[in-house]
Amino acid sequence: MSRRMMKDGRPLSPFSIVVMTLLTLLWSIPTIGLLVTSFRSRDDAAGSGWWSALFNPFASDWTTSNYSGVWTGQDFSSGFINSIVVAIPATIIPIMFAAFAAYAFTFMDFPFKEFFFLIIIAVMVVPIQVAFQPMLDILGPRGLGISGSYIGVWLLHTGFGMPLCIYVLRNYMSTLPLSVVESAKIDGATHFQTFWKLVAPMSIPAIAAFATLQFLWVWNDLLVAKLFLNSANTTVIVKLQQLLGTQGQGQELLTAGAFISIVVPMIVFVALQRYMVRGMTSGAVKG
Amino acid sequence: MSTAIPKVINEEAQPPDRTVEGPDNVGRAQPVKILIGIVGMLVVVWLLANLFLAFSYYPEWFGHKIVIGLLAIVGGVGGAAVLFFFLNMFVEGLPGRLSQGVIPYVFLLPGLFFVALMLIYPTFQTINYSFANSDSTAYVGLQNYRTIFGDPEFRQSIVNNILWLLIVPAVVVAFGVIVAVLTDKLSAGGEKLAKSLIFLPMAISAVSASAIWLLIYAYNNPGQEQIGLLNAIWTGLGGTPQVWLQIEAAKLNSILLMVILIWLQAGFAMVLLSSAIKGVPEDTLEAARIDGASELQIFWRVVIPQIKGTIITVFVTVFITVLKIFDVVYVTTNGSYGTNVIANLFFNKLFAASEAGQATAIVVVLLIAVIPLIWYQIRHFRNEEANR
Repeated sequence: MSRRMMKDGRPLSPFSIVVMTLLTLLWSIPTIGLLVTSFRSRDDAAGSGWWSALFNPFASDWTTSNYSGVWTGQDFSSGFINSIVVAIPATIIPIMFAAFAAYAFTFMDFPFKEFFFLIIIAVMVVPIQVAFQPMLDILGPRGLGISGSYIGVWLLHTGFGMPLCIYVLRNYMSTLPLSVVESAKIDGATHFQTFWKLVAPMSIPAIAAFATLQFLWVWNDLLVAKLFLNSANTTVIVKLQQLLGTQGQGQELLTAGAFISIVVPMIVFVALQRYMVRGMTSGAVKG
Repeated sequence: MSTAIPKVINEEAQPPDRTVEGPDNVGRAQPVKILIGIVGMLVVVWLLANLFLAFSYYPEWFGHKIVIGLLAIVGGVGGAAVLFFFLNMFVEGLPGRLSQGVIPYVFLLPGLFFVALMLIYPTFQTINYSFANSDSTAYVGLQNYRTIFGDPEFRQSIVNNILWLLIVPAVVVAFGVIVAVLTDKLSAGGEKLAKSLIFLPMAISAVSASAIWLLIYAYNNPGQEQIGLLNAIWTGLGGTPQVWLQIEAAKLNSILLMVILIWLQAGFAMVLLSSAIKGVPEDTLEAARIDGASELQIFWRVVIPQIKGTIITVFVTVFITVLKIFDVVYVTTNGSYGTNVIANLFFNKLFAASEAGQATAIVVVLLIAVIPLIWYQIRHFRNEEANR
């Protein structure tokens, strides 16, 4: 019996190749359909399936007017800027606070240490919906009156991301060689110096992993943005949801809007995927 | 830290636990450091609070949104760094023994403050509000709970949520295992490509994913050409075009919405399970092969038992996501045609109906549902720590 081998010496598995080709196609077709439709004219998109445009590319009416229409006409340009202004600070701000807390959980001993960490683990599972009515009270007109602007959303995402960030960084820091921190202590370094000069720089892979997850989460969030941002400050995801909700809108604008909302997280995802996978496999779980 | 870190480290000098004592500066109190530390902290907090409130109250001062965003990054990160600097100075000024005792909390509390403000305090306040009226101004006892449990929509949402919980996590895990096993048998390049394409939807928001799938479920009147892929296939097979998301029979519309979430989550499951499968020692597989086991037997008897822990972790994670499923239902049907779920009902009570009392009562039901999961996560963590 002769089996064909792959270059690395493992047997070739035709069954795997066939099934995985089908599954990969099945998983990609929805996104391809969106991409193709977003470049079709209104009449074309309403009159025939997107696949027919792929089969007759020269007989079809290709256009970029959907993108210009949704970018200016539906004001996705300001939604896009808002998304960036919301997502980047909401990704970066929790990291500093979480890194100090993770350092304490990893390298220090103190009363109630386990109790505090169990709280972190417990609140990772608590649904964020608990926060909405109380935080609307604090941030809204009954409280500080800052609901609707960016700051409320930054605060909320900082709080929601904090448990996961502490958890990921603490898991990572506990794999760092203790000898490095020990020797810094022998040299007379304080915890503060050890943190800045040794532990924080060494934790960059875990920080990148969390930052990727948090950025995707904040950018793609609908709930917090819808409840805590006014219409001038709202994100591209909320704009898309509003476009989906209006009846009679051309499907072609919708697909262009959806694609605009996907581009940035897709780039971040592809660029930082390997950090994210490492962070996930080291036990990152978001509640 | 003036001297370089010594390259050679005496391994035996390490303490058995993973904690490090600070330098033994058993000193007296340094009032100047304490004072500068306290004043510094107060000034930083005051400046940051004013800066961030000004973003909200006087956005016109800053010219452009991008400026606000940049200042927020600088203020947030830089401010946090300066705050920790003064906190540290304050602690170093304390007498040695006290300083050693206080410093862990100084590192811990700023982060914990956000958790307390954004998650712990609201949990108790939400429970509190669930006994109050629609704008949280007077207590009404158990009225909200009576209202929501008397509401057929709520009962249907619970049934739907249970259906989601029964189907989605199991399908996602099964799919993840199948893809992980099959890609493991591909060439290195093929494996990478297949995994990337199946993982990609994880970057897509539930709202955009719904837009993508609404295109697939689209309906045109009979006689017109079908632009939705599903109806095109269905009519190609001889059926009449269907408005898929309005078909309540056998919960078909709910199941079609579940497909969207499965499509989004499958890559996550695959990545974790794939790394677990790659961790299965080759010699256990070889031993089974020598004993004459078929590939299918090896899979069930050797591989699955060794990746059981990861399977459970993935299952629980997806389970938690599904429990709070909201976006997909909200943007596609908003709960019509018998597809409502708890989180969507909550959102509509809070946002559209302004019924804070009922909305918070619904969250309390969700909270009770996650208690077993919290217990599981804590137990899981304790086991992991014991094996560290």
